Amino acid sequence: MATATYTGTDKPNYLNWKTTVASWLLTYDHKRIGILYLVTISIFFALGGLAAAMIRMELATPKGDLLTSDVYNKMFTAHGVIMIFLFLIPSIPAVFGNFALPLMIGARDVAFPRLNLLSWYFFTAGALCVLVALFRGGIDTGWTFYTPYSSSFAKGEVSLAIVGIFLAGFASIFTGINFLVTIHKMRAPGMTWFRLPLFVWAMYATSLIQVLGTPVVAITLLLVAVERSFRIGIFDPNLGGDPILYQHLFWFYSHPAVYIMILPAMGVISEVISAFSKRRVFGYHFVAFSSLAIAIIGFLVWGHHMFSTGQSMYAGIVFSFLTWIVAIPSAIKTFNWMATIWKGRVHWETPMLYALGFMGLFVIGGLTGLHLAAMATNVHLTDTYFIVAHFHYVMVGGGIMGYLAALHFWWPKMTGRMYPEGWGKLAALLVFVGFNLTFFPQFILGYMGMPRRYHSYPEEWAVLNVLSTAGSSVLGLGYLLPLIYLTWSLKYGKVVTERNPWGARGLEWELVDTPPDPHNFERTPIVTRPAYDYNHPEEPTGFVPKPRPVVVGGKDG
Amino acid sequence: MSVKELEKSATLEHAGDGHFHGDGILGEQFETLEQQNTSYLIGMWAFIVQEVLFFGAIFTAYAIYRFKYVLEFTLAHHELSVPIGTLNTFVLLFSSYTMARAVRAAMQNRHKKQAFYLLLTFLFAGVFMVNKYFEYGAKFEHHLFPGGDYDAHTIVEHAEKKGELRVAEENGKEVYELGKTRDGQFTVFKKVTPEEFEQRTRLFFGFYFVMTGLHGLHVLVGMIIIAILIGRAWIDHMKNKPVADYMPVEMTGLYWHLVDIVWIFLFPLLYLIGR
Repeated sequence: MATATYTGTDKPNYLNWKTTVASWLLTYDHKRIGILYLVTISIFFALGGLAAAMIRMELATPKGDLLTSDVYNKMFTAHGVIMIFLFLIPSIPAVFGNFALPLMIGARDVAFPRLNLLSWYFFTAGALCVLVALFRGGIDTGWTFYTPYSSSFAKGEVSLAIVGIFLAGFASIFTGINFLVTIHKMRAPGMTWFRLPLFVWAMYATSLIQVLGTPVVAITLLLVAVERSFRIGIFDPNLGGDPILYQHLFWFYSHPAVYIMILPAMGVISEVISAFSKRRVFGYHFVAFSSLAIAIIGFLVWGHHMFSTGQSMYAGIVFSFLTWIVAIPSAIKTFNWMATIWKGRVHWETPMLYALGFMGLFVIGGLTGLHLAAMATNVHLTDTYFIVAHFHYVMVGGGIMGYLAALHFWWPKMTGRMYPEGWGKLAALLVFVGFNLTFFPQFILGYMGMPRRYHSYPEEWAVLNVLSTAGSSVLGLGYLLPLIYLTWSLKYGKVVTERNPWGARGLEWELVDTPPDPHNFERTPIVTRPAYDYNHPEEPTGFVPKPRPVVVGGKDG
Repeated sequence: MSVKELEKSATLEHAGDGHFHGDGILGEQFETLEQQNTSYLIGMWAFIVQEVLFFGAIFTAYAIYRFKYVLEFTLAHHELSVPIGTLNTFVLLFSSYTMARAVRAAMQNRHKKQAFYLLLTFLFAGVFMVNKYFEYGAKFEHHLFPGGDYDAHTIVEHAEKKGELRVAEENGKEVYELGKTRDGQFTVFKKVTPEEFEQRTRLFFGFYFVMTGLHGLHVLVGMIIIAILIGRAWIDHMKNKPVADYMPVEMTGLYWHLVDIVWIFLFPLLYLIGR
């Protein structure tokens, strides 16, 4: 084999075996598509963060003095639309699902490489539509596009933004279909369902939501655009429509969408906790099935967004009850992670810090969710900063912490360079402190009744808002640091040539080069051990079978 | 492909750029043809599930308003042409049959037969679209397209003639009384203002155009794919290729049956009920 003649750093890897622009833009390699997604969504993370910075600067003073209320509305809409549809939804699935999942199951690629690339193009096209809509005056509907405001009153390029989200939605569906099939059909011999790493189980549950939920929001937003263009009264009561119907259809996707953001992060946390505690994930089966349980129950709870908007009380009772049930699989995960760390040999590297941060913040985010799921407290807390704090604890404290954990965990594998550990730890600390300082005061503000989406507020809430704004600058610095030192490490970071810098278990660490070969494995590996088999360090998880020599003219020839 | 064959071809084909090319049909990410084919099938079914939810949401919305505005929607139903709808139903059903024959022919590697049946499918789809064109044209002519010049007067006139609507006056304002005439006696079920009547019938035609429009779009996409497949089958026939990959045809078949079954739901829901 040609590749066998290379040694050490000379060996071509997926990054340097072809370097033209076309080789990147037309690549079918899942690892390169993961990188394409990484670069794209990093841009949107920065843009969404900029909008958030504007929001927090406005709220630093009680008076609405920095931005007019109109611009403020556009800012929080831009923040929400960009962060949710263009960053969080594709974040872990499209970047690390693409990069790591085929490696973890011992596959050469995903099942449909071309569909995978198409997904990135759909995403990019959709993202461009949203950007054009934002730059041509912006939209002020909020990321939820609630009718009848969005369909009959809002000015600006709402329809264009909807087209953008529609396209990005199909990118997400393509990713989901791809991973469903990949997990079903591309597992290496011996990689049974219960030997799968838990990240793969989480991605399976995520893909189910992507495939089952996204089309509903796609058609719903399309109907909003139709209503805007043709004055058809689907959702506007003035035209004979029903705005509650919009909310039902919208949240049928957009609640499960929260689990698209958090489930992959939970998968990452399982990987990281186990790798840095050097223990098998405690209660493997429970953690695996809790992902599926969250995905399934997650489809039955959307009505908790509508307790105070005119939904029937009896429907509310059922939705409230079902929402509480989601706490069970979430708690199963959390307790099992804690039990994994218990008596493990804990290593305090950056990914582990993020994982521990995730556990703390997710518990707060999850438990405050129970307050909101209770109908009586919901009436008091709905549409206040309590909600804002709650979902930021889940999506940012959960989703983005998981994303950063994954980024640092797989960074050496992706790039062949190690990030600077000291800076990494500092950034993780800043993110954790900054995050809590930003969002914890918002729980109190919300409880005191400060409504969301206003650009001014009474004097007595000034102290807590200043705290929050101060925290957001620490958080911003915490996010800026990785951007700088990770980019720096591409050129100056310590070169990693060993396959397994973390001493972790899993095919992607034990059998794949750093950075990976364009075809991942020399040949399809055979898996012989369960995932996270830290108790048997001498036994590899799997092996790559040796090629049989071809005897030309022999009895095989 | 046996393991032995696989290993041999893998070793030989690795020599170049490191890619495993298989025998031209097998994608480099797959080990066996069986794995590839079932992958495609599961993927296609997942796509179909996605389509079901895509259409399902709009069917749900339609069902809610059909229930809420049943009398107005019923009168609007009557403006749709049952003969054209029925014709199109049969056209699509036949196209599904010819598509199934094409899939069978593809499995048997009978390329000419496959091209023939695909061509028939394509033509049926074309007939469907031409019918749709005339149907849409008639709606535009009667100002029933929910655009700027939407006008419900055609519906009002037809309903008056059939004794299901009466124009009356209440407090000096015009109202439409919706009901039924039996034995020369008009029974009023519901009174609506002309504006409400216009809004609600407009809503019906909104649904009609969005649902049949999305369906028509799916037919068009199907036609493009079928056209490509015809070309490929014909090339395979001219080259006398002994074996060709039948999965593209199989998957197009699945897609086509989905398009068909969406119509099977659209036809009664839009054309038939309320008669």
